[in-house]
Amino acid sequence: MSETIKQFLYLNRKAPYGTIYAWESLEVVLIGAAFDQDVSLAFMDDGVYQLTKGQDTAGVGMKNFSATYAALGDYEVKKIYVEKESLAERGLSLDDLQHLVWEDEDDDWAEKDSIKLVSREEMTAVMDGADVVFSF
Amino acid sequence: MPIEVNGKSFDTDEEGYLANINDWEPGVAEVMAKEDDLDLTDEHWDIINYLREYYEEYQIAPAVRVLTKAVGKKFGKDKGNSKYLYGLFPYGPAKQACRYAGLPKPTGCV
Repeated sequence: MSETIKQFLYLNRKAPYGTIYAWESLEVVLIGAAFDQDVSLAFMDDGVYQLTKGQDTAGVGMKNFSATYAALGDYEVKKIYVEKESLAERGLSLDDLQHLVWEDEDDDWAEKDSIKLVSREEMTAVMDGADVVFSF
Repeated sequence: MPIEVNGKSFDTDEEGYLANINDWEPGVAEVMAKEDDLDLTDEHWDIINYLREYYEEYQIAPAVRVLTKAVGKKFGKDKGNSKYLYGLFPYGPAKQACRYAGLPKPTGCV
């Protein structure tokens, strides 16, 4: 394994179903995280719908993979940035999203929040800070 | 190639993973283990059942690293290492145990 740990940012901008982008992104994230990379996720535009609670895919005939986002904590993915403006433009708030957490092994497995709401301006800084940005 | 369990036939993919996770019953694991010359103990079943619970909750099979950590937390620190898991499942906990559990091949497992 390479000794250089790069910061990977996975940018999610599309609705969860209708295209394969959201699921493909999540699979790549899980694979990348299994290789000890520094992984963060960002959700903006229609991508914020990927994290919403209570998804039901019975009508569209696609697998409901929304439960898998809750596994991200197990994969040491602790930084999930959600753009405030994208939520507001769609009439959504943090309460409409799944409560995603990671467990801190060094703090008696305390659950800590993974989702961080950021403004559009802060999001550009998040992107600037990443070594590699994958856009889905 | 389908496998025969208690007179019933179960479809599998080309790598021997169960085609339909909902078809699974404990006999499937027994038959698969027998083909590998492995006797399933309670310790094997702990892992198999845990994998099924994990899939039920998250809709994916966990990566080995994730499984190892979770096993250590749930069944004791002495078991949360790959030596213990490979001792139980010599072909690899993810590939062999997931197959016995009727799960698809873990994401990222080549």
